[in-house]
Amino acid sequence: MRKPGLSAARAVLAGSLVQNKARSTLSVLAIALGVALGYAVALITGAAVNELALGVQFLAGDADLQVRGPRSGFDEAVYPRLARLPEVAVASPVVEADAKLADRDDVLKIIGVDVFRAGAVQPGLIAQAGDRLDQLRPDMLFVSSAAASALGVVRGGELAFQVGLRTVTLRVAGVVPGGAQQRFAVMDIAGAQTNFDRPGRVSRVDLRLRPGIDIDAARERIQAQLPAGLAVQRPEAGVAAGEGLSRSYRVNLNVLALVALFTGGLLVFSTQALAVVRRRPQLALLRVLGMTRRQLASLLVLEGAIVGVVGSALGLAGGFVLARAAVRVIGADLGAGYFRGVAPTLALAPIPLVIFFCLGVTIAMLASLVPALEAARAAPAAALKAGDEERAFSRLRPSWPGLVIIGAGALAALAPPVAGLPLFGYLAIALFVIGTLMLMPRIAVMLLAALPLPRGGPPRLALLQLRGAPGQVAVSLAAIVAAVSLMVSMAIMVASFRVSLDAWLERILPADLYVRAGAAGDTAYLGADDQARLAALPGVRSAEFQREQQLLLDPSRPRVVLLARSIDAANLARQLQLVRGPVTLPPGAPPPVWVNEAMLDLYDFAPGKLIELPIAGKLASFTVAGVWRDYARPQGAIVIERERYIALTGDRSATSAALWLASGVNPDELSRAIAGDIPGGSRLEIAAPGEIREVSLKAFDRTFAVTYALELAAVVIGLFGLSSSFGALVLSRRREFGMLRHIGMTRRQIAAMLATEGLTISAIGLLVGFGLGWLISLVLIDVVNRQSFHWGMELNVPWSALASSAVVVLALSTLTAIASGRQAMSRRAVLVVKEDW
Amino acid sequence: MLVVHGLTKSYAGPRPRAVFADVDLSLSAGDYVAIMGESGAGKSTLLNLIAGLDSPDRGSISLDGTELTTLGDDALTALRRERFGFVFQAFHVLPYLTVAQNVALPLSLLGVVAPEKDARVKSVLAGVGLDGRGQSVPRELSGGELQRVAIARALVHAPRVVLADEPTGNLDADTASQVLRLLRDQIKSHGAAGILVTHSRAAAQTCDRIMQLTPTGLHALPPG
Repeated sequence: MRKPGLSAARAVLAGSLVQNKARSTLSVLAIALGVALGYAVALITGAAVNELALGVQFLAGDADLQVRGPRSGFDEAVYPRLARLPEVAVASPVVEADAKLADRDDVLKIIGVDVFRAGAVQPGLIAQAGDRLDQLRPDMLFVSSAAASALGVVRGGELAFQVGLRTVTLRVAGVVPGGAQQRFAVMDIAGAQTNFDRPGRVSRVDLRLRPGIDIDAARERIQAQLPAGLAVQRPEAGVAAGEGLSRSYRVNLNVLALVALFTGGLLVFSTQALAVVRRRPQLALLRVLGMTRRQLASLLVLEGAIVGVVGSALGLAGGFVLARAAVRVIGADLGAGYFRGVAPTLALAPIPLVIFFCLGVTIAMLASLVPALEAARAAPAAALKAGDEERAFSRLRPSWPGLVIIGAGALAALAPPVAGLPLFGYLAIALFVIGTLMLMPRIAVMLLAALPLPRGGPPRLALLQLRGAPGQVAVSLAAIVAAVSLMVSMAIMVASFRVSLDAWLERILPADLYVRAGAAGDTAYLGADDQARLAALPGVRSAEFQREQQLLLDPSRPRVVLLARSIDAANLARQLQLVRGPVTLPPGAPPPVWVNEAMLDLYDFAPGKLIELPIAGKLASFTVAGVWRDYARPQGAIVIERERYIALTGDRSATSAALWLASGVNPDELSRAIAGDIPGGSRLEIAAPGEIREVSLKAFDRTFAVTYALELAAVVIGLFGLSSSFGALVLSRRREFGMLRHIGMTRRQIAAMLATEGLTISAIGLLVGFGLGWLISLVLIDVVNRQSFHWGMELNVPWSALASSAVVVLALSTLTAIASGRQAMSRRAVLVVKEDW
Repeated sequence: MLVVHGLTKSYAGPRPRAVFADVDLSLSAGDYVAIMGESGAGKSTLLNLIAGLDSPDRGSISLDGTELTTLGDDALTALRRERFGFVFQAFHVLPYLTVAQNVALPLSLLGVVAPEKDARVKSVLAGVGLDGRGQSVPRELSGGELQRVAIARALVHAPRVVLADEPTGNLDADTASQVLRLLRDQIKSHGAAGILVTHSRAAAQTCDRIMQLTPTGLHALPPG
């Protein structure tokens, strides 16, 4: 049987969407923008990670297990022991080095393989060579097709690499087919060891087990026989470890994109809430005609669903276009440097597509649910009367639900990370926003009551109107409060981070000049002779050298950095920005190391703790003597005294040097002397502390560029929300304005009244947004950043930037209010009072 | 005081429509006239023209010697603020203001301040039978009381002309009768001129004169 009133319901539904074309379009666009940003970020980061995984899988070939160790490799004597194990069918030793290209600031991954072994484990790495002996020649390599096109080399060409401070030139014997978009080159393992200074060392051994062997059981047996610092694992564990480094960044970007979608949802909420209030008599009529509460609520949620479906569909299309443009302009890492050298192929990923479509529709429907329930609850008899819509805003709800939600947010902020991600931190932020929005009418009442009432004229009327309708303030401000709080919290977090980073750079760069063997890769270094020459240069008062190594402490995580450097125990504060410690070591305690905050968070290396580190294939005991601040190595870093490192490893090489100049020595002249007087000195990267600081801060700003863009999107949506809700409010109050024009209020006075309302509402929004933003910034700084990247930082509020943004948002929202009110001042609006005559 | 002469109005558009032509009307202080007419005859349009909210095709409207048809919007607004009072069918009492604040609106617009403003509001509220209800909010009032508030607001600034368009359309018979009596008494006691637009013969009979609006102008109807 046909339900009574359904055709009327359809008419109301269609009529609302068509009648409010502009506002419906704005809602659709807000959802579309949020979905587009979310889908684009998911597409880009997903494609980049996928490309990395494909690369790792390709390079691992058919290996069941991989034995890995420090980045610099391990003793090749491990290989024959592994090859002789009964469960191993084939063992393939690999030398892997990110070789610094001599003529450019870039690296190429070199994979040295034993061609006879690799053929059985990594057949994809074996290229067809015109002369089969090319595969064994130490000066020949085969480049992947991606590397060939990126570097512009063909068969017969040459590639020059920096090794130490020398140049090693190798000939291109051919191209390795496949390998997705990965850039690498394959050569004979002996040639790789010789050319890249890795004599007697291998980077990993890939193992193919005999058929029928239980891989996990074999893995445990093999692990038990490995020297310290080596780990055997499935190849996919390497993918997970590699992904882990960028995961927090990717998750943060996705969350920011979701915030834009959430703000879009609030815009839909504002629009729907006001549309429902405006249509109160029509909806009451439907109830009188026989529509049940459930049917009415469903009808209104369906309106939201239509907005969500259209917005999501548009957003997905826009997101794909945006992702392509972003990859082309900014790169796959979106400016953060995690996926350097990866050129992903973007495809319409179906899973994110479905997820973001559903998210867009769900958020739009949820945004419509609250107004829908409110409309369904309204008593039809009262709602039918003219004027009841104005009363809908005058009711105040209890404040305890909002306070409970904020309290739950505070508790969530105290929770530890989940799988290394600050999920409870994000939840805390969401709860703070939702709780604050629920408290908005109360907050508005308090703030409006605190404002002195002007003696007369339009401002008085405006304030009285706002005091009488606190619900209206809440509805109008939902999107702008969320957007402003996001803007403020991000601004405080970024400023705190930037100021802390700047202070940190200042602290860690005390020397006059810094010399690095190579900007990237792990083949460039300073030999003992180079170091002696540098220290002996005229004008150099003193020199400190540092060796950077990478150790594998936990195979499921990226390698941690070991920094061997001179330590002056009496002057630790000058050398390291200690945030905990220093600990005075008791007599007989193992020697000290100092760890960064990431080591404390990830490995629980607290001050005073005794730890063991795998150095040179042996476990050595140390005491954690302090925790230092570090913004460069979120995977973890450990500082060890250089003399102790040399004693343990015999490795006297260094990767960088800090030089203190004699008084009166010009750093530029010394730089020229280094480049000219030291063999290979022109390949050294020499920089003054100021330059390093500048480059670091530029990189910082680049990393946050995408963040700013997402933040701006949320603020624009928030302003749209304010404009939309203000427009709807003005429309709903047209009889009031008509009456006021009748009794002699001029257009200017009505404009002044609306401007006062806009200004007051926006000021309340800004005030609450700033307070909420400050609260969220604490969560971002102390929970999200700390748990994601293990960065500690001091709170720093960028007052002038925030004040400027406040003025801009205030001006824009006031103008928005006046523009929305223009309709109220038209002659047509004046005659609206007659609608009832 | 109010002289309307030769007023003609038509609506342009795809289907132009003549509303009325050659309307003449003259009101002195204390005059209270009812205008009746069929639906669509242009009764509300005539009120809009007199209030300066719409412009005629031709004709003149003069209030105390000032020709309204030649004035700009700001001047008309100022004139309306000072010399007109309005009573609407739907009351249009602002829900966020108290009764006293609603009544004081025209005074506030004219720049009248306390204590004169408060005294005038108190006096007019007493006149409409709402003494002591100044601090009530509109949702606490009945329809009849709301219309009394509207009448008080229409008279508080001592306008020269009160325009009432179906002021009892939303009220029951008894309340309507009380409101009409009150409206007449208040207009008379304030020395204003009043125009009541109504469909109701009974309502019209509370006025001094009854006029019928037709396409050819206003014509006097016999009382009773």
